[in-house]
Amino acid sequence: MSSDATTLEGIGEYKFGFSDPDTTVFKSKKGLDREIVEQISEMKGEPDWMLEFRLKALDHFTKRPMPTWGGDLSKLNLDEIYFYVKPTDNESKSWDDVPDAIKNTFDKLGIPEAERKFLAGLGAQYESEMVYHKVQDHLEKQGVIFLSIEDGLRQHPELFRQYFGTVIPIEDNKFAALNSAVWSGGSFIYIPPGVKVDLPLQAYFRLNMASIGQFERTLIIADEGSQIHYVEGCTAPIYTTDSFHSGVIEIIVKKNARVRYTTIQNWSTNVYNLVTQRAIVHEGGTMEWVDANLGSKLTMKYPSCYLIGPGAHGEILSMAFAGKGQHQDAGGKVIHFAPHTSSKITSKSISKSGGRASYRGLLKVHKEAEDVKSSVVCDALLLDENSRSDTYPYIEIDAEDVTIGHEASVSKVGEEQLFYLMSRGLSNEEATTMVVSGFIEPLVKELPMEYAIELNRLIQLQMEGSIG
Amino acid sequence: MSDISIRNLHVNVSGKEILKGVNLDVHQGEVHALMGPNGTGKSTLAYTLMGHPNYEVTQGEAYFKGQNVLELEPDKRAHLGLFLAFQYPIAIPGVTVANFLRTAINAKRRSENPEDKGIAIPEFRRILKDKMDLLQMDHTFAGRYLNEGFSGGEKKRAEVLQMAMLQPEIAIMDETDSGLDIDALRIVSEGVNALRGPDLGVLVITHYQRILNYIKPEHVHIMLDGRIVESGGAELALHLEEHGYDWLREKAGAVT
Repeated sequence: MSSDATTLEGIGEYKFGFSDPDTTVFKSKKGLDREIVEQISEMKGEPDWMLEFRLKALDHFTKRPMPTWGGDLSKLNLDEIYFYVKPTDNESKSWDDVPDAIKNTFDKLGIPEAERKFLAGLGAQYESEMVYHKVQDHLEKQGVIFLSIEDGLRQHPELFRQYFGTVIPIEDNKFAALNSAVWSGGSFIYIPPGVKVDLPLQAYFRLNMASIGQFERTLIIADEGSQIHYVEGCTAPIYTTDSFHSGVIEIIVKKNARVRYTTIQNWSTNVYNLVTQRAIVHEGGTMEWVDANLGSKLTMKYPSCYLIGPGAHGEILSMAFAGKGQHQDAGGKVIHFAPHTSSKITSKSISKSGGRASYRGLLKVHKEAEDVKSSVVCDALLLDENSRSDTYPYIEIDAEDVTIGHEASVSKVGEEQLFYLMSRGLSNEEATTMVVSGFIEPLVKELPMEYAIELNRLIQLQMEGSIG
Repeated sequence: MSDISIRNLHVNVSGKEILKGVNLDVHQGEVHALMGPNGTGKSTLAYTLMGHPNYEVTQGEAYFKGQNVLELEPDKRAHLGLFLAFQYPIAIPGVTVANFLRTAINAKRRSENPEDKGIAIPEFRRILKDKMDLLQMDHTFAGRYLNEGFSGGEKKRAEVLQMAMLQPEIAIMDETDSGLDIDALRIVSEGVNALRGPDLGVLVITHYQRILNYIKPEHVHIMLDGRIVESGGAELALHLEEHGYDWLREKAGAVT
């Protein structure tokens, strides 16, 4: 086993940079073709419609050109990626049944411990497959479904087929098509009408092998008047070859339901992270994305809300931290299709040691959507002269009765702020970290306490040893 | 007993000489007032002693506890026991007064003992409440973001609160009276007086005699054009109030 922590130049210590021995039971050959897609579908014992769905998606993926906007994808060599790796034969419902090597990894990450303390349910994915899924008994009795996406398809075929691929169709973008072809792992969640789940459900994603692709697929259906908070975290070891993560998250927020989806993305800095996540929000429903991106080499990720019912509300809180060699191209999209809908996008980005953080956002109001209110606020903080921040705010308004607010700011950590804090006894590094923590405070205070602490700790790790 | 001894201090700001050989001793247990018209270098002295990067020391020393503090980073000066109450305190959005103060206290404790685990939260809260009561501050103040949206009076009170919490041995108060109405001035001054004792030396920088009616100094020094030209007892401030600075200018002119 390699050491528990690897020091990365410029970003301090990446705590999750350890890797465990490869004990996989199946690994596809490198690269992607029809045979691999068929193999995945067969190994999962899927119905024909799903195989057809996958093959159609593969076809679309192959035809569609690589995007040339956003981040630099020229170094992403898909022929060198393992698209499917099965780490164990069975998904466990009891932590004791998880294979030791995998359990060790999650134990080191503190995952089962977290579950005992404050989670309503937990799912854990290792390489391509979910290795563990469990939800609290009382929620199960109320009809809450929290399964791996594969078990969702097996155990609830009709519900699954009714919604799968409806929020993000195959044709949406090249990487959504790729995910649709080779998806494996992820969660299937259904919350029955009126059921409010107080504690968060959590999923944890871990890449362990080098040159692997992880393509999890999550489908969340919050039925009328229900409420759920889903949290995902992710880590990977540091290898010299790049790995690849391309998830698709589809969420259906029914009438008056409320969903919050929180991500604390902390992939190691050799991971390409290209994710499509979108929610369809019906009448009176609320969707909130809380999206914190600290890790990865390149992230391209714009959580979206399609507000299709009157009175629907969408909120996106996006935080990006780009350190040395990192590009965070993050933001959000809100599309108002219905009247009396409202939305709010708040973006906070931090760039340091030559890192680049971009806000990319779309706010669109269709003609039918009268009485719409929306605000977009993007703040960027630069920690040094070498770092970069960009803002790409796209706003398209076709309706008339619309109230839009848009503000953007770029600031540098000021000499006066640092001097003030240092005059009180804080070191340069502590002072800078404090300014950064204050900057992201509006986002952190939206997180459950445990995650807020975790996020602050990650920020501190990012800041350590960063000031010369 | 620790003093700060400033010897022949010359300081440039943007290439221009502002301090032209300052000599001054401030003793622990005493209050010294530094008076003088605008633009004579009083605030420059304050910033220089605390280590602001824009103030370039070209000559001279400032000894405190056997070290020339001018060679230290600002945080190390703070750890030694120096404190500057800013004339224009800086806002730190998103950082609460309480969080900031606890971090600062812990930074100082760790400088004395690297193994220190930090002040216990209940103890910290108790002390903070006591000090806020002393300055007649509402307890909700602790949860506000540092200096953000503070009124002029709140900022000055927050500076004295920080001083009370960090317990410096030499405190420089840079025009703490400016922008305060008479009630706020009284409260802030009473706060400072409550902190007075054998372990604290204070250098009060001011234009006006007014604050010295509340914080009574043992010594008064007058600065003109980058030098201290006159030192005396409390009566010097009163004399200045009555006669202005002209007699000093004449006297200084006569010397040079």
